Amino acid sequence: MVITADTTAAAYGRAGGHYRGQRSAMHTSSTIILVLAVFGASTVEMVEALTIVVAAGVSRGWRSALEGAAAAVLVLAFLVAVLGVPLVHYVPIDTLRVIVGALLLVLGLSWLRKAILRASGHKALHDEDAIYATTVRELQSGDPESPQSPTRTRDGVGFAVAFKGVFLEGTEVVLIVVSLGTSQHRLGLAALAAAAAAVIVGTVGVLVSRQLSEVPENTIKLVVGIMLTSFGVFWVGEGAGVHWPGSDLAIPVLAAFFVLVMAGAVSYLKTQAPTPPLESTPTSVEP
Amino acid sequence: MKQRIRDALKAFGHFWVDFLIGDTPEFALATLVIIGLALLLRHHRLAATIVLPGLTAAFLLASAYRGRRRSAD
Repeated sequence: MVITADTTAAAYGRAGGHYRGQRSAMHTSSTIILVLAVFGASTVEMVEALTIVVAAGVSRGWRSALEGAAAAVLVLAFLVAVLGVPLVHYVPIDTLRVIVGALLLVLGLSWLRKAILRASGHKALHDEDAIYATTVRELQSGDPESPQSPTRTRDGVGFAVAFKGVFLEGTEVVLIVVSLGTSQHRLGLAALAAAAAAVIVGTVGVLVSRQLSEVPENTIKLVVGIMLTSFGVFWVGEGAGVHWPGSDLAIPVLAAFFVLVMAGAVSYLKTQAPTPPLESTPTSVEP
Repeated sequence: MKQRIRDALKAFGHFWVDFLIGDTPEFALATLVIIGLALLLRHHRLAATIVLPGLTAAFLLASAYRGRRRSAD
């Protein structure tokens, strides 16, 4: 896309200044959407991971929970290095864009589907308080001798639960960061947005020493689902050789289209077999 | 040792299948169809611009409708 754009600019010569301005606007809009999507997705996933780590820490011991979380981060970093780096360096850019678009489409569509069902009352809202309470109850009832406020003992269950929670939620963050970052040649920026989310969620989590149930996860997931789906369609098209009208400016247009689709779907499904609002049911590590 | 490696690879594969497909296999199918159509329509800009987002929306709506029916059952 950039190569085509540069060639066009050279061909038009004097129109280059105007063209550069247009291209700059395109990059700015797609960069803003990239940062928002990565930051939003990372915030949601990190809040979910934090809930599980805090539940494991409170019920089984902080040492094991923190070690489990740290081990998951290390495994994720290893996977990125082993799988991600060669993928970026050795796979042709168009193929990479199709792969990236496919991943974003699968993730985005499943986030959007859940958001539609939740907003229309056909699926329980994601509730960190309920997930936290259930996880703590399960962890404590599984072992009558589980320490209530341990800080120094090692505990295999606490380690495993924290590891699984951070690994599952972290995998989504890694996929989103690597795919959005590499497809737009903004891997550093995408990683920075994810790191900012991690620092903010981690700091607030440490300060309040609990899960962050006040974060509007359902709304963020809805917005991020729209962004991921829009990026997914865009990159699948670009990778396959489709030249979108307006180039990168097609991304916000696609996002607007999916907002309309979502709004229509929610309105229609609300009229279908109206049900009382579903109680929030904990889904532990459901993405 | 070989068995252990095989089991680990199998578990790794299961994890990714569950992670990417899970209980919505229609999205994996949708993605393959959209990639196929994008390749077919790459020289037809207008058609691709309409068909790709339209088909994505159609798969999303069908899946949400199916989810509604499933939760109503």
